[in-house]
Amino acid sequence: MDLLHDLSYFWPAAITSIGGLAAMMAAAFKTDMRWVNAVAVFTALSATVVAASDLVAGHSGLLFSGMVAHGGTAAFGTFVVSLGTLFTLVLSRSYLEKIGHHYAEVYALILFATTGMIVLASATDLVALFVGLETMSVCLYVLAGLVRERKTGIEAALKYFLLGAFSTGFLLYGIALLYGATMSTSLDVIAATTDKGGLYWAGVGLLLVGFLFKVSAVPFHMWTPDVYQGAPTTITGYMATAAKTSAFVAFILVLGRGLQGSVEQWAPVLEIVALLTMIVGNLIALVQHDVKRMLAYSSIAHAGYALVGLTAGTLSGYDGVLFYLFAYTLMNIGAFAVLAYYETADGQERSTLEQFAGLGWQQPALGVALSIFLFSLAGMPPFAGFAGKYQVFAAAIEQGYITLALVGVLTSAAAAFYYIRVMVYLYFKSPEQPVSLPAVDRLYGWTILLLAGLTILFGVMPSLIVNLF
Amino acid sequence: MFELYFPIAVLAVVAVVLALVLMVLSGILGPKRPDKVKLMPYESGMDPYGQARDRYSVSFYLVAVEFIVFDLEVVFLYPWAVRFLDLDAGAFWAMMVFITVLLLGLVYTLKKGTLDWDSSTAAHNRA
Amino acid sequence: MISLPWFLGLSAVLFTIGTIGVLIRRNAVVMFMSVELMLNAVNLSLVAFSAHFGDVHGQMLVFFALCVAAAEAAVGLAIIIAIFRNNLSVDITKINLLRW
Repeated sequence: MDLLHDLSYFWPAAITSIGGLAAMMAAAFKTDMRWVNAVAVFTALSATVVAASDLVAGHSGLLFSGMVAHGGTAAFGTFVVSLGTLFTLVLSRSYLEKIGHHYAEVYALILFATTGMIVLASATDLVALFVGLETMSVCLYVLAGLVRERKTGIEAALKYFLLGAFSTGFLLYGIALLYGATMSTSLDVIAATTDKGGLYWAGVGLLLVGFLFKVSAVPFHMWTPDVYQGAPTTITGYMATAAKTSAFVAFILVLGRGLQGSVEQWAPVLEIVALLTMIVGNLIALVQHDVKRMLAYSSIAHAGYALVGLTAGTLSGYDGVLFYLFAYTLMNIGAFAVLAYYETADGQERSTLEQFAGLGWQQPALGVALSIFLFSLAGMPPFAGFAGKYQVFAAAIEQGYITLALVGVLTSAAAAFYYIRVMVYLYFKSPEQPVSLPAVDRLYGWTILLLAGLTILFGVMPSLIVNLF
Repeated sequence: MFELYFPIAVLAVVAVVLALVLMVLSGILGPKRPDKVKLMPYESGMDPYGQARDRYSVSFYLVAVEFIVFDLEVVFLYPWAVRFLDLDAGAFWAMMVFITVLLLGLVYTLKKGTLDWDSSTAAHNRA
Repeated sequence: MISLPWFLGLSAVLFTIGTIGVLIRRNAVVMFMSVELMLNAVNLSLVAFSAHFGDVHGQMLVFFALCVAAAEAAVGLAIIIAIFRNNLSVDITKINLLRW
């Protein structure tokens, strides 16, 4: 049967959706939370393993009447999203227990969101893209407002919801106009269009606006800092990595597969947006005192670096973005995980720079891990962040975008200042009152160290991933 | 092209004129003897009390939300049902999966007690 | 028959009204209603294209758009109720703990 055959190439999404349903039933029947966590982690792990084996197998093609692709870019996107989900699920348990919101529904929502992300990251038809994107977004609106008693949490959810739904309107209008211009929602048919009229260009423009909203590029970034600061910390890590990865992979599929013929028209637009995003994101991050909010602005800046690779509009540019997303997922989930620990370790709700004073000496391994993540985010060799930046900038220079690469390097240098400032507080400032942080949950600690190890590994040997493309 | 809509315009005019004529006629010809009971707002036969613009319990909103979700499933069921005989087994099983997912959603909402807004245990479950 | 441009024009006008509504209104519920207006304006475009082409794909997308709008309504109203319980207001100018 066709359906089963197609499904056999689309296991990761099927696995995560079944896992999500199981978690929902566990919530209904009040199952022991340890089991729920174990099942959710196992689900994400299986999805990751299947995605990795799909990636290595190297086959590719279209599924479900051309709705989604498997193999290639889609398989890599699926892999990174599943990996991000896996780490989020492992890390969320102890954090959610500490903030008193450890519900089975959280796992159900994360797994449903992951299903949406996988569909989004492998969509070759605008219908599948829309459905995947919204499955993801609606789950994330709820997750952002998880701590509804706290005013900042529910405020973040409201802002995310209103602006997310607003941008959905633009995206959908773009899809509708492209359908009107090409008589099809399939990216391959759209790519074959030669008659590009006003409808086509209006559609492309609105689609770009919708996407730029979702990847939080300047000037459509206003929601990001508020949402990232207000959401529970491990969920913020999830939104900043898995959600952003899937949106960028979908962006690559739309631009590279559907609109490659119009690269000369959209590349200049993306160039300006990338410039603005890098400059504004980094400049505002410089003046932040709340570390979580600083990482939110830094995530805007990183979206700018990824846009540099997209602007290049070549295969090497897209591959650079894919590697960048992978590296970014590792280091950013790690950084947010350490923040989550500092926030909840002794009930002080630490999040500002001053409150971080001297913490590096408390749990030395975590301090070192955070430093590795921050160095990597700053783009210093030999960490994964450097390898990623190198690839996107190299692809941009190949295509003659010298200004873009230059601004990228300069803003990275400026960014190093605010990343290193965190470390200065961690190690060279003494706290007002002596603090002693309790030991970290063992699994939690080892997961962070694993992430730090991977950040170094793929910084030293990026070819391990790059050869997969 | 607007000629096609001419019959509809005629119908609309007739409807409006007829309604007006009937209202005016009943106003002129009908007997009017108002008293206190007749002027009371109608509330299913009970004596009305309180303001009409009372706040409703927020539980009703949950029922409304669940109504929207389960109402919209028909959007997908209907085209499937219309073409059912022409479709293959794959379409049948795909729809079974869809309905199973909805069923699990119903089980969840029942177990959470969102549909019985009377009992205090339900309020406890939701918290 | 009314020709395609009329439908597209109406859809564009409705979409613009929705956009302006989101941008200038300060009540979260009204902003949400404006967003729904935007989505439904797009649905009108899709159905018009679909009927014009004699192709069902556009209408299929409308089904999904409707479902998404319903899911967003469910989640959005829940969020708005939660924030109303917290702040006793849905005026977004009064919901401003997070800035800069």
